[in-house]
Amino acid sequence: MSFLTITKASKSYGANTVVREFDLSVGKGEFISFLGPSGCGKTTVLRMIAGFETPSAGRITIDNRDVTLTAPNRRRIGMVFQAYALFPNMTVADNVAFGLKVAGADRATIDARVKEMLALIHLDHLAERYPYQMSGGQQQRVALARALAPKPQVLLLDEPLSALDAKIRVSLREEIRAIQKQLGITTVFVTHDQEEALSISDRIVVMNGGRADQIGTPFEIYNQPATRFVASFVGTLNLIDVTVVDPATGLVKIGEQTIALKDVLAASAGQTVTLALRPESGSILDGARGDTALTGEVVSSNFLGSVVRTRMRVGESLISFDMFNSPGFAPPALGERVTLRFSAADLLVIRD
Amino acid sequence: MKISRIVALIIVLIAASFFLVPLYATFQFSLQMLRGQWSLQAYRSVFSDPQFLSTLSYSAVASLAAIVISTLIIVPTTYWVRLKMPRVKPFMEFITLLPLIIPPIVIVFGYLRLYGSDSMLPLTVSTAGTNVMLVIGYATLSLPYVFRSVDNGMQTLDIRTLTEAAEILGASRATIIFRVILPNLRAAIVSGAFLTFSISFGEFVFASLLNRPAFGPYLVQIGQDRAYEPAALAVLSFALTWACMVLMQIFANAKPGTSARRRPAALFPFARRKTA
Repeated sequence: MSFLTITKASKSYGANTVVREFDLSVGKGEFISFLGPSGCGKTTVLRMIAGFETPSAGRITIDNRDVTLTAPNRRRIGMVFQAYALFPNMTVADNVAFGLKVAGADRATIDARVKEMLALIHLDHLAERYPYQMSGGQQQRVALARALAPKPQVLLLDEPLSALDAKIRVSLREEIRAIQKQLGITTVFVTHDQEEALSISDRIVVMNGGRADQIGTPFEIYNQPATRFVASFVGTLNLIDVTVVDPATGLVKIGEQTIALKDVLAASAGQTVTLALRPESGSILDGARGDTALTGEVVSSNFLGSVVRTRMRVGESLISFDMFNSPGFAPPALGERVTLRFSAADLLVIRD
Repeated sequence: MKISRIVALIIVLIAASFFLVPLYATFQFSLQMLRGQWSLQAYRSVFSDPQFLSTLSYSAVASLAAIVISTLIIVPTTYWVRLKMPRVKPFMEFITLLPLIIPPIVIVFGYLRLYGSDSMLPLTVSTAGTNVMLVIGYATLSLPYVFRSVDNGMQTLDIRTLTEAAEILGASRATIIFRVILPNLRAAIVSGAFLTFSISFGEFVFASLLNRPAFGPYLVQIGQDRAYEPAALAVLSFALTWACMVLMQIFANAKPGTSARRRPAALFPFARRKTA
């Protein structure tokens, strides 16, 4: 049963359409991430859910109530902004209490709820501080407590970690996820960082040019990208253009080498299709397993500590692969011819 | 000390002397009313003149009224323009600069033509009406300063995000303006107010042409009639302006949670101070 639904939502500014026929349904308590490059429309969709933008077409419902035209202050939504947006003139406790005061809650209720929220984010000892006296990470936690205090139906997170440094980013995202699970609140998270989206979400919406290219679990998005864009944006997949030789048996040609795919191809002979291969799915060691092999010339080899990243040229394509470092394995030399072995099942056919 | 620092110091001293020497000379002259001795006789004479106190309080009230009017016009307008019509901002900047470009004498004659005895709204026929016109004139003169300080205040505040944050928490427009925007603009509004005060307090052209008993015309009158009192008045009005500047400093630097009284360093804007 979906709790938050967006049906064919579009948004245009004059001739410029930033969101096109966007469909999504989010279950109660689900954590959804919108992932995409800047300008893909992810923030616009979030702002339509919040009510800061009115869709040019389409409908948004929360708990079976149509909120498409409802004002933001009547939607019962909590939101955390990239720039924290704490009220500078109020203490931490007053910031957290703001939503409850506006709603007309009584003093005792407010005090109890503020205490509970500050305990949740482990900042009870800073209740009387002002925002300017706190670090970015602390301010963002207060912003989260402020958003959660009035018990919103939906929590929106607009790139909440982007302004923080790398270490805080990781610890805060784990904290956000833990709190979200504990409260069971339906959450929409916007980010351009694929690692963030993969690590935190129940499902990810990969957005491109105002559309949802793919909606799926992090595992599906990473392992079975549906489009070329998803494949290139999420992870570091190799995209290899191949010529179809025999669609029925899955035979394709890369340069002068022919390999067989697992599936029947929905293309005719002579057509070009794109295959994706994850960099960690093959090996060039002697005796490596795999029913498929490609031989190429090494064009670069980088030692990255635990991983050795090598790129080789096969026909027109460059294929990059990662192998774990081991003392018995010397990184291949430039110009050396190596054979990469992998399973044909790891090759995915990508649509544009 | 490096040569460059000595050169810099000399330049600063020369520049400062342009202001300080005449000020000191005026001050010294104001103390010489009684022959052959230093005395505060000129100040005593100034304070004992009933006209001094009446014009002073008249100008103070007129200036305060101008502050209220220009704040009430500028704050909501600037907020709305920044939030909803950012494209209009260059136009706002142009309009609010006009009082600096058009000489006050032109503005006041324009007002006299518009609101003279034969107009639709004849403000000049009554004393109260003329007072209103003076206050409106002062509010006009203060526009460049009030707009700029309020606009700068909003710039540093990121009012759009704050407005959205308050809105999504359930706040109405009025709650947002009074509980979130205004309290955070306090420093900007106060510094605009003090600038307005220091401009309109000794203003001459408007007050003189509208024939109002204000402090500016009084200063000029005394300057023509007396020798030592004008010097004393000049020193007094300098002290008043300086006090306005100090108060601006205090309010501009005060952070919530720290009262200005607990921060005496703010009284000495030139002293080095620790920032929180």
